[in-house]
Amino acid sequence: MTAPAQVERRLPLGTWIRMYLRLFAVQGSWNYETMIGNGIAFCTEPALRMLPGGLDGPKYSEALGRHAKYFNAHPYFAGVAVGALARAELDGVPAPLVERFRTALGGPLGSVGDRLVWASWLPLCSLIALGAFGLGGRPVQVIAIFLVIYNIGHFALRAWGLHVGFQRGLRVAEALAHPVLRKGPQVVGTLAALIAGVSIPLAATEVIGGERNLSALIVLVSVIGGVVFARLGGRVEGWRISLIVLALFVLFSVIR
Amino acid sequence: MIILDLLPVALLGAVLGMDVVTFPQAMISRPIVAATLAGAFIGNAPAGLIMGAVLELLALEMLPFGASRYPEWGSASVVGGALYASQPTNAAGALAASLFAALVTALLSGKSMVWLRRLNASFATRERDELQSGSRSAVTGLQLFGLSGDLLRGFLVTYVAMLVFHPLITAIVATWATDARYSRAAVVAIVAAVSLGAVWKIFHSIPRARLLFVAGLAVGAAVVAMR
Repeated sequence: MTAPAQVERRLPLGTWIRMYLRLFAVQGSWNYETMIGNGIAFCTEPALRMLPGGLDGPKYSEALGRHAKYFNAHPYFAGVAVGALARAELDGVPAPLVERFRTALGGPLGSVGDRLVWASWLPLCSLIALGAFGLGGRPVQVIAIFLVIYNIGHFALRAWGLHVGFQRGLRVAEALAHPVLRKGPQVVGTLAALIAGVSIPLAATEVIGGERNLSALIVLVSVIGGVVFARLGGRVEGWRISLIVLALFVLFSVIR
Repeated sequence: MIILDLLPVALLGAVLGMDVVTFPQAMISRPIVAATLAGAFIGNAPAGLIMGAVLELLALEMLPFGASRYPEWGSASVVGGALYASQPTNAAGALAASLFAALVTALLSGKSMVWLRRLNASFATRERDELQSGSRSAVTGLQLFGLSGDLLRGFLVTYVAMLVFHPLITAIVATWATDARYSRAAVVAIVAAVSLGAVWKIFHSIPRARLLFVAGLAVGAAVVAMR
């Protein structure tokens, strides 16, 4: 797909803020028909008001209708699509090209986001919070550590996505080759693996409390169970197994 | 806990249930946050934090990729945290029974998300012509329908779960016959096993991650031994 040369263009601050805030609700109508398509239209809408004819013009309606169709991406990276699509519409890119671009954009934004956020950043922040709990952190401290660290990345990522999307328009694919996006999951994942090793025993010990007599048994069962779950890979979900084991344990403890 | 007492907890469950997918995904719905907040609502934040940590260890395994189906931890963690915080401190079986209730809630709440998505899809299908013709009110309407539906879903899930599980867990704890030490040890062993397996599954393909994980375990074990 060839992208036409672009001129410098800026969104009015009010429009940018409206789009940014709407991005937090981009999955508001998530469904199996259009996925987050309607959310993309909802977030792009403030910029589309700037099309010739404004809210009552045919260009506005045509563009809004185009963006309400099926679309899927990682929610935090949806801003890249919203920015780029808004830019394409304001630049007067022909509709068939916008639609092809829109179709091509979803997959990469989904996979980059899944690897960077769900499989790296979220587990890392979660493990840091568990470590803080394990070290005896008070409730407000543990919550604050988790929410502040996680959301610095979250809020920044959404803002960056919208900014880079609008700035680059149809050329936004180049931004997805940013070193943070390419190397980030590996670096964050490596750090998370180290912190996981420290945090899990600390958190487990904190839940047990002062009672340490059964520690050896707990470690043995946990390690064997962990190896079994790891070997089974994606074939079983540990929380479902936990639910079954807990149900049996509760039953045993009540009726014996 | 009378019916009116459940309202604040149900409202918290509604807001945090929404955070999982629809708004604002700031991860206030993560168990370590949600259960702690629920515990604070009951007046026992430390108990909520313990339940939150236990659920967080389990939640490490479930990554909310794309359209995959996963348990809804927001409302479920509110239920687990509130139930555990409302039991007598250190009551044998309170942690295990409350965790059981939270997991059942997570399972059912995950299904309720699927039902809501189908409902949103039927709205989108019904309004397809309007949406594709670029009707601003149709686009905003579908978005508001989904958001308010999710808020209501989280409220109902939390309210019904508390209504059912609060008396049930109280009765279970009252008749619990297993020693408190073994009860807690069983819970810790289960969640630690799941979390170890989860971490291995997530990070094993990253170069050096396995080595660092094992090194971390050694450091963690050393810190535990020294405390």
